[in-house]
Amino acid sequence: MKPNLMLRLGAVLIGAALLSACQVGTKSAKQYGYRGTGMDQITLAAASKKIDPINVVPPPPYDPPKPGGRPAKEAYQNVQVLGDISEDEFSYTMAAITQWIAPEQGCNYCHNPANMASDELYTKKVARRMLQMTRKINTGWTNHVHQTGVTCYTCHRGQAVPTENWALPAKGNPDSILGNLHGQNKPMIATAYSSLPNTAFAKYLLDSNSSPIRVQTTYSHPSQYPATKNKVTTMGAEGTYSLMMHTSTALGVNCTFCHNAGSFQAWNMSTPKRVNAWYGYRMVRDINGEYIGSLASVFPKHRLGPQGDPLKVNCTTCHRGINKPLGGVSMVKDYPALRPTAPMVTAAAAPAAAPAAAPTKMP
Amino acid sequence: MALLSFERKYRVRGGTLIGGDLFDFWVGPFYVGFFGVITAIFASLGTALIFYCASQGGTWNPWLISIAPPDLKYGLGLAPLREGGFWQVITVCAIVSFTSWALREVEICRKLGMGYHVPIAFGFAIFAYVSLVVIRPVLLGAWHFGFPYGIFSHLDWVSNTGYQYLHFHYNPAHMLAVSFFFTTTLALALHGALVLSAVNPKEGETVKTPEYEDTFFRDLIGYSIGTLGIHRLGLLLALNAGFWSAICIIISGPLWTKGWPEWWNWWLNLPIWS
Repeated sequence: MKPNLMLRLGAVLIGAALLSACQVGTKSAKQYGYRGTGMDQITLAAASKKIDPINVVPPPPYDPPKPGGRPAKEAYQNVQVLGDISEDEFSYTMAAITQWIAPEQGCNYCHNPANMASDELYTKKVARRMLQMTRKINTGWTNHVHQTGVTCYTCHRGQAVPTENWALPAKGNPDSILGNLHGQNKPMIATAYSSLPNTAFAKYLLDSNSSPIRVQTTYSHPSQYPATKNKVTTMGAEGTYSLMMHTSTALGVNCTFCHNAGSFQAWNMSTPKRVNAWYGYRMVRDINGEYIGSLASVFPKHRLGPQGDPLKVNCTTCHRGINKPLGGVSMVKDYPALRPTAPMVTAAAAPAAAPAAAPTKMP
Repeated sequence: MALLSFERKYRVRGGTLIGGDLFDFWVGPFYVGFFGVITAIFASLGTALIFYCASQGGTWNPWLISIAPPDLKYGLGLAPLREGGFWQVITVCAIVSFTSWALREVEICRKLGMGYHVPIAFGFAIFAYVSLVVIRPVLLGAWHFGFPYGIFSHLDWVSNTGYQYLHFHYNPAHMLAVSFFFTTTLALALHGALVLSAVNPKEGETVKTPEYEDTFFRDLIGYSIGTLGIHRLGLLLALNAGFWSAICIIISGPLWTKGWPEWWNWWLNLPIWS
């Protein structure tokens, strides 16, 4: 009887250990696709109700000022981006930005208190470029942010450097195979803890010249590739899958939020959400290339990644585990300075026309 | 005919589970029995409903016909016939006919005084089906989570349901099931090849005894499981394949909602090295 008892005890222990790694609470579900397609999202009911404090919109610093009054560029010197808004609105916006980005350090994080107009602190130059970027996102990237828009807080969340960032990874030792995982087989949140390549951000999100996001070609042999068609190999497709893992995790959704696995490529089988994501990737490239990239020489060394490039954004920087950042609350409506109504001279060119892969047939 | 007349010797009445002598007879080679009649009724009804429902679906392309479960909003209630109700009725027909078929196997076993290995083995297949269309939907609170009845559509469902967990190959029970499926085919191939090599010699050569088979494997890997043992092993492997497939889908959703790769973080978080 003794070994039998040991066996039973062992089975109970193993069973308990396995269950302890599971989520046993009540579940809630959402249906993303036509019934029977298996396009659903199942979550822990408790987790879907709980709101992380980081995803709550903070109140304005004080009641928004009434429109009208002297323009900021007349009231202050060296106001290059927000010159056309009123003096009152300028102060209000500055107060909000301080709360969002440097609540502890205050105005002096960017300004020399003896001469507020001076550009001597690098943080002020960065802040100016970031203001241009925010206004560009709210006016030029409405295909992604729609009328909800963004503010500094969408990324910063009370931190001078947004906690969710990435930089080009340190290079492995090319002279040795020891300890060099060749950018894969490392469980990390960027790949949803899978073995997939973890260099997808560098490959797809660096700037507007980044690789197209593609899964493997539908042709069976390289000789059949027409010159213009997708030539990505099965192995190359892993990078795209890795990026998709990141996006799913960042938004707290699964693959079926945007795709029907019957064909990941076909736009007419995908959900309308995929269109948002398509513009989102291009927006991130614009942010990383045109705005953060342009500040490479402005940032001091301690603000740069291991390869000397500035810290960049990905989906998580704004989304933080929910498919609509900050629960879909439009924060920018309280800060009109961040969403100018007139076209801006300072912004870079509007998003280029969608390339050939753009959605041609909306579902 | 010769075989049938030989079999008649074993065709004895009695041993039924219910109904006594009712339907306790043979039609041609087939034993009927109470459960045979139930199977026939529900299998015919289910098949007829599949055809009727298919006729309402807009395609007769056999690859594309699909009978889908209800929308999520119907929960565990009944759905209108054309919005998943047909799926529900067909599911009932399928479960009743599969189960009756297993019980008919039990009755035949009882008549012959044999073990219940065959109906138990078939029971694992029924369990796998019921896991998909009853156990998991009930645990998740909606018939919506069953799979659709269609050739392409059920494959798409499998794919999408897998992608709900980002990378299904990291599902530990799926790993076990796949390993058992492959091992089953390996064992079957080895067994079939070994038997043929011994008992199906070239013309003019003699049939070899099981001692030859045992010696072959002892020479090869130092151990032979034996003539009875190989069948126990085969059954064990095959039933585990079906069982763990059922488990791998039951735990996806009811016990785990995130990507399967992340489940393995319990290993990374073990206090030994974390």
